[in-house]
Amino acid sequence: MLKIENLTAEIDGKTILNGLSLKVAAGEVHAIMGPNGAGKSTLSYVLGGRPGYEVTGGSVTFRGQDLLGLEPHERAAAGLFLGFQYPVEIPGVSNVQFLREALNAQRKARGEEALSGGEFLRLAKDKAGLLGLDMDMLKRNVNVGFSGGEKKRAEMVQMGILDPAFAVLDETDSGLDIDALRVVGEGINAIMRAPDKAVLLITHYQRLLDVVKPDRVSILSKGRIVKTGGPELALRLENEGYDAVMAEPA
Amino acid sequence: MSEAAILPTRRDEAWRYSDTDALAGVDLGNWRAVDVAPGETVRETLVIEDENGNADGTRLTRLRVSIGKGARYELFGVIASAHLGRVEVEVTLAEGAHFEMGGITVGGRDTVREFVTRVVHAQPHATSNQVVRSVHWGQGTGNFLGNIEVVRHAQKTDAAQSFKGLLLEKGASVNAVPQLEIFADDVKCAHGASVGQMDENARFYMAARGLSPELSRRLLVQAFIGDALVALDDEGEHERLLQVALDKLDKHL
Repeated sequence: MLKIENLTAEIDGKTILNGLSLKVAAGEVHAIMGPNGAGKSTLSYVLGGRPGYEVTGGSVTFRGQDLLGLEPHERAAAGLFLGFQYPVEIPGVSNVQFLREALNAQRKARGEEALSGGEFLRLAKDKAGLLGLDMDMLKRNVNVGFSGGEKKRAEMVQMGILDPAFAVLDETDSGLDIDALRVVGEGINAIMRAPDKAVLLITHYQRLLDVVKPDRVSILSKGRIVKTGGPELALRLENEGYDAVMAEPA
Repeated sequence: MSEAAILPTRRDEAWRYSDTDALAGVDLGNWRAVDVAPGETVRETLVIEDENGNADGTRLTRLRVSIGKGARYELFGVIASAHLGRVEVEVTLAEGAHFEMGGITVGGRDTVREFVTRVVHAQPHATSNQVVRSVHWGQGTGNFLGNIEVVRHAQKTDAAQSFKGLLLEKGASVNAVPQLEIFADDVKCAHGASVGQMDENARFYMAARGLSPELSRRLLVQAFIGDALVALDDEGEHERLLQVALDKLDKHL
C-alpha cells in the first residue's frame, strides 16, 4: 500500500532522512521505533507534505500513486491521515464545522456526494462515542482548551470520521494516561484494523503496542530503517535498549 | 458650515492613514443624525459593498449618534468596497446608555478601508464596546482610529476597544490608533490592538485533514472576523455580513 524507496529529506539544509526505505502492506500495522532525533516525526511530516520539509531524493508510492507529487490536502483525499504529535488549536472554528468541511472536501475530491448536516452529526456522534468523547467537546473549537489526552482522543475521532485507508500516527500515545491509552489504542484497532487499511505507528513505548499489536516493527536510526522484524523486536527494544539491538548485524 | 470646503490632510489625526486625495469633490458636511430615545434599543447594520461590480471611488458614511438615558445603540458594519471606504461615527452617551460596535474591513489592491469613531461618555454609568477586525492583502490598508472621551463626572464608565489585523500578503498594512481621554477617576477603559498573519501550523493541520489552501484560509478568516459579530444577535444579518466579507476575499485573492 505504501512503498518508500531511498527517501532523503532535509530541513533548513540539514539532512534528516538519509536513504529511508520501507514497505507497508494492506492489512498491516507497522510500528516505527527509534531513538530521539532519528527522524520519526520528520518521516510523518514528509509523508504529509508539510512545508519546509524538502525531499531531496527517493520516492514514495501510495496505492500506486506518486505521493510526493500531491499537495497535502490531495494526500488526505487520496486516503492518507496524519495523526499529529501536537494537534493544533484553531480558535473560532468548531470541530463540527472543521470536520464536516474537511470530510466533504475529501468526498468532493473523490467524486462522492457531500454529507448533509444531519448525516454528518450522526457519524460524528458514533465515532465520538467510540473514543469516549462527549459530543459537547466536538461543538467546541478545534483543540482549544483540550487537555493533552483530549487532543489525542479528538485526533482519533477525526480519524474515525474521515475514515482513511492509511494512517500515519506520530506518537499518538504521548501525554496519555493508562486508561486513555487503552481507549485510544482500541480506537485505532476499531477504525483501522481492516484488510484494506494500514497504519504506520510511530511510538517510543511498548505500552501502546500491547493494545495495538503491530504486525511488523522497524527501527529508525539516523534517517534510515536499520532493522525490521516482528512484534518481538519491540519487546526486545523495551528490555535491551536501542544500542544493544541495533549493534547486531541486520 | 464650511466643513465641506476645507479638505482635511494627513496632518489631521482623524485622517492620518486615510487616502486624502480621494476626498476631492466629496461632501464632508454630510452627517446623518441618529437619536436613540431613552430606554430604546436601535440596531443598525451597514454594508459597503461593490455596486454594479464597481469597487472604486470614495464612500464616506458619517453618523452622529446620540444615545439617550438607558438606551442602547448597536452598529455592525462591513467595509468591503470603495477605493476609500470610511465609516465615521460620533457617539454621545447619556447616563447608563450602551454603544456596541462591530466593524470589519477587508480589501486588497491599494484600497483604504477604515472605521473612525469618537465615543463621548458624557454621563455616568454608560458603557461602550467596540470590536474591529481587518483583513487585507495586496497593498490594501485597514484602519481603526478610535477615540474615547470620558468627561469629568462620567464615573463608572466602562469602555472597551479591541482591534486585530490579519495581513494575508506582504505589502498590506493596518493601523490602529486608540485614543483615550479620561477625566473621571472611577472608570474602566480597556483597549487592545494586534497585527498578525495566518497561522501556518493551523493551515497545514487543516490541509492534512483535506482542506485546500482556499478553504482553510476562508475558515480561518471567518473565525477571525467572527469576533466582530459576536454581539450581533440576528442570525440572518450575521450571515449576510460575514458573506459580504468572505465573498470579497474569495473573488479577489
